[in-house]
Amino acid sequence: MFTWTQKLADWLVYSILGIPYGSKLGDALDFFILDTIKILILLFLITSIMGLVNSYFPVDKIRNFLSRNKLFGLEYLFASTFGAITPFCSCSSVPLFIGFVKGGIPLGVTFAFLITSPLVNEVAVAMFIGLFGLKPTLIYVSSGIILGMIGGGILGKLKLEKYLTPWVRGILKNAEKEGGFEEEKKSFLQRIPEVFKEAMGIIKGVFWYIIIGIGIGAGMHGFIPTGFFEAYISKENPLAVPIAVLLGVPMYSNAAGVLPIIQVFVQKGIPIGTAIAFMMAVVGLSIPEATLLKKVMTWKLIAIFFSVITIFIIISGYMFNLIL
Amino acid sequence: MDIKVLGPGCPKCKTTYNNVLEALKQTGTQAIVTKIEDIEEMMKYNILTTPVLMIDDVIKVKGRVADIKEIKAFLTA
Repeated sequence: MFTWTQKLADWLVYSILGIPYGSKLGDALDFFILDTIKILILLFLITSIMGLVNSYFPVDKIRNFLSRNKLFGLEYLFASTFGAITPFCSCSSVPLFIGFVKGGIPLGVTFAFLITSPLVNEVAVAMFIGLFGLKPTLIYVSSGIILGMIGGGILGKLKLEKYLTPWVRGILKNAEKEGGFEEEKKSFLQRIPEVFKEAMGIIKGVFWYIIIGIGIGAGMHGFIPTGFFEAYISKENPLAVPIAVLLGVPMYSNAAGVLPIIQVFVQKGIPIGTAIAFMMAVVGLSIPEATLLKKVMTWKLIAIFFSVITIFIIISGYMFNLIL
Repeated sequence: MDIKVLGPGCPKCKTTYNNVLEALKQTGTQAIVTKIEDIEEMMKYNILTTPVLMIDDVIKVKGRVADIKEIKAFLTA
């Protein structure tokens, strides 16, 4: 699908700009152009597809579905999957949390949604396909969903309601099942312009992160020798995964900024599982998110929430290294 | 006219708020614009995603930035 982009990048760099083939600058520039074009195309495709799915399954509908139906354990799978298809915005996480609790959705199920939502999103998926290919992407997405399910399940079992802020506990007491959701009656064709507009909005929002991320990645790609990191972080080093994850948690960036850099790490010898675990820690958990959650949770609950997720990201890192 | 912009103060919410002010200026409409940033206050309106644009207590746009063009359409409707 992308052979033409490679040709285009080669032609631009070596013929038009006249940079000698095989030079470090040529290498870096070629890589930059190729990845930028590829990722922008994929991003447009994936955001449009996800936008369309979302247009038919808006988060209100999902909430009401989870609130009304008894799903015998499957609710964790649903919540986590819905978290993956819903576009993530950190400023919506608190209203979402309250909205779910208000609809009588168990805390664990709400957590399942909250865990997967930032981990698996359209930007991450598009960039993953572009940078690593389809198989690692599928593994990433499914493990993100499983992580949400297990994490939510365990947090649900811990009976953490008492660690919510008093205001939220009040809401919990008055929780009631949500009624039917009034769906907008729109034809497929009416939805298309809105979906495209949304997709362009998302791309605009992450555009510079992508450019800068790929730029840094390209620079590193051309100038860091292959196998450079292997000396420090190898598969054999059992502490590599936890260290990478613990470094990632306080960092905050979106997938667009981190992934191109991670790709270079992988090319230069860092095991892919360790790299993915690092990325999950960066996008899935962050200090700004913790301060937002402070509105609804006590510090103790935030600490429990973060610790459980951190442990599971570390475990997934080891598993990725085993299977990939 | 009573316009409310709901959102915990993220960039998207600020853009929506500024778009409302701009749309009012361009159409010359008089309205009371309130920005609701307090979560407890916000949740009284039963919303899930922010930013939310409400005109006369009806939710017009939620979960995304409303652009100037569409706000103008709401104002003149």
